[in-house]
Amino acid sequence: MPNSELIKDLERIADECRVDIIEMLHEAGSGHPGTSLSAIDIIVALFCKEMKWDPEKPEWADRDRFILSKGHGVPALYAVLAKKGAIPHEELKTLRKINSRLQGHPDRVKLPVCEASTGSLGQGLSIAQGIAMGLKLQKSHSRVFCMLGDGETQEGQVWETAMSAPKFKLNNLIVFLDNNNGQIDGHVDEVMDLAPLADKWRSFKWAVHEIDGHNFDEILDALEVAKKETERPTLILAKTVKGKGVSFMENEIGWHGVTPDKEQTEQAVSEIKGRLNA
Amino acid sequence: MKATRDSFGEALKDLGKEFPNIVALDADLSCSTKSAIFAKEFPERFFQMGIAESNMVGTAAGLAFTGLIPFISSFGAFVAGRYETIRVSIGYSDANVKIVGTHAGLGIGEDGYTQMGLEDLNVMRGLPNMTVLNPSDDVSTRAAVRFAATHEGPVYLRLTRQKLPSLYRSEDVFTAGRGIILKEGKELALIGTGASVHDALQASEELSEFNPWVVDMHTIKPIDRALIKSLAHSCKAILTVEDHNVIGGLGSAVAEVLAEEGFSGKLVRLGVQDTFGESGDASALYDKFGISAKHVVRRAQEVMG
Repeated sequence: MPNSELIKDLERIADECRVDIIEMLHEAGSGHPGTSLSAIDIIVALFCKEMKWDPEKPEWADRDRFILSKGHGVPALYAVLAKKGAIPHEELKTLRKINSRLQGHPDRVKLPVCEASTGSLGQGLSIAQGIAMGLKLQKSHSRVFCMLGDGETQEGQVWETAMSAPKFKLNNLIVFLDNNNGQIDGHVDEVMDLAPLADKWRSFKWAVHEIDGHNFDEILDALEVAKKETERPTLILAKTVKGKGVSFMENEIGWHGVTPDKEQTEQAVSEIKGRLNA
Repeated sequence: MKATRDSFGEALKDLGKEFPNIVALDADLSCSTKSAIFAKEFPERFFQMGIAESNMVGTAAGLAFTGLIPFISSFGAFVAGRYETIRVSIGYSDANVKIVGTHAGLGIGEDGYTQMGLEDLNVMRGLPNMTVLNPSDDVSTRAAVRFAATHEGPVYLRLTRQKLPSLYRSEDVFTAGRGIILKEGKELALIGTGASVHDALQASEELSEFNPWVVDMHTIKPIDRALIKSLAHSCKAILTVEDHNVIGGLGSAVAEVLAEEGFSGKLVRLGVQDTFGESGDASALYDKFGISAKHVVRRAQEVMG
């Protein structure tokens, strides 16, 4: 597939997932739209293009892994898993409801395809590192992808792993940092400033790329470069927009942990569908 | 005489030959926890994580998800202190990780409170899915390490810095979840765990007039309900002794069973009485904090009248 067609395809899938995200969050009545919408393009690029992964074989030993460390963004992951057929689309309606496999945060016991149980922030990167080490030790060529939130990197444990992954030469570990500059209590740079983020990771000896996290060209390019690393883990600092793709949610901190009502849901879905039908 | 941390290091090295998927991680204390013995034999299967225990916990979970059996070790105080990471990355995630907390309790002596695992049993026991072991000698520790390696699921193994006398000859004596009756008795039971088993045993010599039961309760979770129930039937008084805060460890676990079973006798819980430890010679600390053999004798005599 020519690159431009591929990218159009990914953009379409991401917008379809945005519809699912909005609808499942409305149905659930609680959850995190802003962070799901900022993350979705990257997660689509991974599952629909980059990763060696088969929804028919969730326990395939040679699969690439994806760990959503910012567990509250899980509606984005569920939407992609449904899109790929790893879970029934119907099941999205059960998000956060009693007896559902679709817990409010990823649960690897109830839904093994999640790979890790996350949501207590700061832990997923350590888990991803452990998987990457285990794969290397067992001579596997599989890779491990991980997504961190920017607010999440206020957790000290993240920097413990930032320190250790280069020591273990984990070139099979590729981390996206979803830099949407929003967290519950406000803008990240006001709550606890993290700048200069790229320099911090570089100083920890990671290969660092700065991209627009909604631009599939840039996402895929960064992933191509990451493949060439022979020793270093890769950190892709993805500048993103919280609430991306729904105009009234974009960059509004208020949409971190609030779900749309019926009218807002219709408005959001009609906006996205307008783009899809354009 | 042997410290159970030494038994751990040696047992892990031996098991490493048998189980090629065992890996070990330590946070700059491998010479103290004795995981260095494994590291020397299997350098490619040992990961030095530096002084960063939370990362060690999470990394071990990830290693386990690839089919390996990680043993992580540090002082019990430090590793159990990373409770939130253990709670989610290991407990809730059902990660097959074995957590080894050495330097249990007052028994470490001079280094003082900050290095003493005195609340580790409490937090580990409160975590669903965690098996909690606190063996008392070389052979039972080796058996506990073997159990940990072969059991599917998280295990917390609590070990001593100080040397302890030998109690057992064969690992067959150890079954996780089943206390070991060291002495059969009549109306008084002394239940110890870890190092305190030896204080219970020593005290029993001076309490021969009461013909006490002596039990090594090496598994704190799941607690041996059947054994406690049977002791409750025959005893007027049950005394527990542990080098741990009296809240949340052996005494609490026994008390829960006794209360549920309607025990009509008296329970005495010896342990650190909800306070912090301090520096000093270990045996002097056992005396000061009321958990040495002579305190077991005194409290037992009081309760038996």
